[in-house]
Amino acid sequence: MSDEFEDDFPGEVKRFMFVNRKAPHGTIYALESLEVVLISAAFDQDVSLAFLDDGVFQLRKGQNANVLEMKNFAPTYRALEGYDIEKLYVERESLEERGMTTDDLVVPVEVVDRARMTALMAEQEVVMSF
Amino acid sequence: MRFGILINEGPYQHQASDSAYLFTKAALEEGHEVPRIFFYMDGVNNATRLQEPQQDDRNIVRRWSQLAETHGIDLVVCVAAALRRGIKDEVLAPGFRISGLGQLVEIGIQADRLVTFGD
Repeated sequence: MSDEFEDDFPGEVKRFMFVNRKAPHGTIYALESLEVVLISAAFDQDVSLAFLDDGVFQLRKGQNANVLEMKNFAPTYRALEGYDIEKLYVERESLEERGMTTDDLVVPVEVVDRARMTALMAEQEVVMSF
Repeated sequence: MRFGILINEGPYQHQASDSAYLFTKAALEEGHEVPRIFFYMDGVNNATRLQEPQQDDRNIVRRWSQLAETHGIDLVVCVAAALRRGIKDEVLAPGFRISGLGQLVEIGIQADRLVTFGD
């Protein structure tokens, strides 16, 4: 499927940012956001992910989704590198407000302050917020 | 300008679908193009013809079908999101079709702006 699409848009690469603002469980936003992220990788786009507000909990270590009878998809964030998705931005204020540091996260990220996050969003061509 | 529209919330529960409709209509009236609207997450519930709103309320699903027919808009429903919510070909309202998330990324690439309507 991906080959077919790539042929449709030879060389067309846009900057896609997926903005994740919700906790990993409680609603389906985080999981279905991740599904779009994985598909976008098949299109060879310039993809980045932003985590802010409760979205920073998506990357939290030590989640046990089994007690909720939910799929534990946190390990998928570690697999993104294999899809050439390496730009993961976490908003500093959102982390600090929740008493977290990068030591609490399942994957290496770039921590940016709110002003820098705004600038990063402004640089994008396609922003999808979930 | 060419707009792509992404709708992530279902009708009636949330205003996202109404706002998307009004935005799309306004954009078309101003001479812009809206070649595709993509329905994702609970947004797939916009696509079922089984809905029967009260007489004095707006009919959101029919509104989409009519807009699509008038302006030739491609109404695409995400297959994975649809199946887990019971939305299948046999319940689709006119103008909707079920396809993959690739259609969302594709309109993101093709459109000048992709506008998300969600929570």
